[in-house]
Amino acid sequence: MEANTAPAEPRLADEAAVEDPTLQAAAVDPTLLGELVGYLRQRRTELREEWAARITEADLLKVMSPEEIFTEVTAVYDNYVNALETGSVETLQAYARDLSERIIRRGVQTHEVLGIVLLLRDVLARALFVRYEHEPANVLNRVLDAYEPAANRIAVTVGVSFVQERERVIREQQAAIRQLSTPVLQLRDRLLILPIIGDLDSQRARQLTEQLLGAIRRNRAKVVVIDITGVGTIDLTVANHLVQTVAASRLMGASAIITGLSSGIAQTLVDLGVDLSMMQTVGDLQGGLEEAERLLGYKVVRDEDAVPRAIEPI
Amino acid sequence: MTVPILKQGGYLIASIQSALSDSEVLELRDSLAERVGTLRSQGIVIDVAALDVIDSFAARSLKTIAQTAKLRGADTVIVGIQPDVAVAMVQFRLDLSPVQTALDLEEALAILDERTKKGRANGR
Repeated sequence: MEANTAPAEPRLADEAAVEDPTLQAAAVDPTLLGELVGYLRQRRTELREEWAARITEADLLKVMSPEEIFTEVTAVYDNYVNALETGSVETLQAYARDLSERIIRRGVQTHEVLGIVLLLRDVLARALFVRYEHEPANVLNRVLDAYEPAANRIAVTVGVSFVQERERVIREQQAAIRQLSTPVLQLRDRLLILPIIGDLDSQRARQLTEQLLGAIRRNRAKVVVIDITGVGTIDLTVANHLVQTVAASRLMGASAIITGLSSGIAQTLVDLGVDLSMMQTVGDLQGGLEEAERLLGYKVVRDEDAVPRAIEPI
Repeated sequence: MTVPILKQGGYLIASIQSALSDSEVLELRDSLAERVGTLRSQGIVIDVAALDVIDSFAARSLKTIAQTAKLRGADTVIVGIQPDVAVAMVQFRLDLSPVQTALDLEEALAILDERTKKGRANGR
């Protein structure tokens, strides 16, 4: 295994913090570190058990069973001691990312991960105290000089890996929500409906405009019903964006009908002085669809002769 | 590049293929106004689908063409404005009203048919 070599891959900003010189294990007496690692390997079984016990005691990782905890504890322990020995955190980092990905989905929190790593650091430090208790004080000092920086660096690495992983998951979920949040549906030939649920920000409003105009061209739409029943509040930027969306649809040759303005939103729009002269608004979605059908020349007729069929029992 | 003008029944179809210089715009305006007279056309369709940009000059020119044609007795419909062009125009507050816009040629012809029918019904 290579020791203390700088990794060739480009580093992220957070990882630069790990490279802080005070955390470096560079100036350490290699024989002492070797001895220390040897000692920790020798007491692997009991220290692992102690660590696992302290995790359970501290009520951390409650979402995992004791067996799962012990498996992960073993893997982390070995990786940790290896990282102490070589000074290279790459393997540990890769493992921490992988572990984070698995446990984030089960709801493990940042404070738990940091707590666990600090617990291990504590367990190992106590073990070292016990081992060097009867040696002269300067030996214990030198052992701690060797151990502390490396342990700090490892703790930072694991914490940062977890947070990075969590941010990645959050970004993925944001992208998924953005995709889901603006469906454009075809209701009839040349009639599109765009239900908007949730508050709009300018990024979402822009995306909505893009999707709507794209759909107008794809489906050769003539009328678009934009339903904002699900929108709670609206501000000037978003209101203007809505007006612009209607104007752009107009330029593409489709007329837009806005439905479902709540009284609050209507009041806000008037208070803000948004120019609504070119917007066609209808109270609710049903009215909007009826108006759209009228524009397209559809006529919905209820067949009085049709006998309502009873739903057959299964 | 001169814009080709095609005759289709009672209508003229002008398809703009690339960005036009000022003089080409004037040329288009004049030849459309002239053809409306000679061919007794009732409607004009101007296809701008190939344009990546419609700036204030282009927008004003399209309006001028429509107004000139109107004075000569023909309605104008602009077709094929691209989605991003539409967004850009709205953001720069460019406006084509009162000129009618439509999605594509078929739609524009339907609009013109509707209008000329109404015109005849009103005894024009």
